[in-house]
Amino acid sequence: MDRRLHAFLLNAAVVAGAIGAPSAVLAQDTVGAAADAPQVVEPRVARRDVSTPAIDTENFEAGLFIGTVSIEDFGSSFLYGGRIAYHFTEDVFAEASIGSAKAGTTSYEDLSGSAQLLTNSERQYTYYDLALGWNALPGEVFLGGKRAMPSAVYATLGVGSTRFGGDDHFTLTPGAGFRLLVTDWLAAHLDARDQMFDSDLLGKTKLTHNLQFSISLTAFF
Amino acid sequence: MHPFLITGLLLLASLVPSGAGAAAVESVMVQDPYIDLHSGPGRGYPVTQVVERGGSVALLRQRTDWIKVRTDRDREGWVHRSQLERTLTPGGAEVQLAGPGPESRVQHRWEVGVGAGDFDGADTVAVTASYALTESLFVRADVSQLLGSYSTGWLGTAGIGHIFMPQWRVSPFVSIGGGVVYVDPNATLVQTSNRTNTVAYAGAGLRGYLSDRFLLQAEYRQFVIFMDTNDNEVINEWTVGFTHFF
Repeated sequence: MDRRLHAFLLNAAVVAGAIGAPSAVLAQDTVGAAADAPQVVEPRVARRDVSTPAIDTENFEAGLFIGTVSIEDFGSSFLYGGRIAYHFTEDVFAEASIGSAKAGTTSYEDLSGSAQLLTNSERQYTYYDLALGWNALPGEVFLGGKRAMPSAVYATLGVGSTRFGGDDHFTLTPGAGFRLLVTDWLAAHLDARDQMFDSDLLGKTKLTHNLQFSISLTAFF
Repeated sequence: MHPFLITGLLLLASLVPSGAGAAAVESVMVQDPYIDLHSGPGRGYPVTQVVERGGSVALLRQRTDWIKVRTDRDREGWVHRSQLERTLTPGGAEVQLAGPGPESRVQHRWEVGVGAGDFDGADTVAVTASYALTESLFVRADVSQLLGSYSTGWLGTAGIGHIFMPQWRVSPFVSIGGGVVYVDPNATLVQTSNRTNTVAYAGAGLRGYLSDRFLLQAEYRQFVIFMDTNDNEVINEWTVGFTHFF
């Protein structure tokens, strides 16, 4: 509307400028005449009706996982946690996860009998991870001849922090997983991840690899 | 812990509403020459059905850019948003589906991002949120966990910033702000107490759009830590991260 008004005034000014240059009084008359003249072009602009359907947008995915984590030098332990993901596109998603496990004992502790390297609370292994994921290999899984379920093999790379042995460690977590959509809203996952952080628990600082495998059940909402 | 988890999973499963039929369904009339119904929500899934112009489909659910529809003949499939952009409601109104267009790069309000970086030798994990006041002016809040070899801690800041060329694919930006830093020296190495100090920062960076939904951001910030003693400490921070906007 503004633009049309603006264009109209501009036209009027040009017309006034071309015709009414000799005297200001004449120019004023011309502008008045232009305003009174019938509109030559009738704008044919229909009103746009726009409807936003109340459709269920399901880009979030949340769930719980259980598995096993092999904490370097401290054996393998039961792992559990939760995850929430947001799907940006069909290819890319972000995921935040937290997990917890209780570390076992080192071989040295087992053989020596009584020596304890860590207190009970220091053995608690907890972490959070903020990851970006890529659905690298989308596909379908067939169950018999009637049922097909969408699936994807994805790769993730995350950063986060792991609390173990009384300290927080910056943790880089590359991983890969498989997602199967059992129904439109329920998914099952298989995940393998490597949580890498520097640790000096056994004297000298080294990069530890803490491999974890998990299965999870998630719901889209 | 096992029984708790199983209960949790069952609870989760029972809480989520199931089935497509539960939601109120809206129907639209196809205006494209035809629309493709894929077997899954992705470009690679095979096309199993086609609905021609004038046909009507019910909209069931949307996942990213894909919308699950049901045809008059009770067949279901996933249609890309772009093919439903020109559909009409039975009343003749245009249909607007959720999702960004190219204009959202400049016009969005909220940004949420995650990054990693270096704060004076300590590794950082950063979460950031910002709100656009105009196309180029924004306010932001950041929380970082600092994970160093000798100490760990937290950094929380709030600030205001300016994007120089918001319409460019890659644009420089600057920001200033202040906050607090909490540092906790590792108990095994150093015997000093925890400390909390206020900080102020000035920073500059580059941001580049990767798609209509997110961008890559790299930033340098210089911090002044106000110490109790007379000499303030100056610290450099580098961060790289992904930011999603909506």
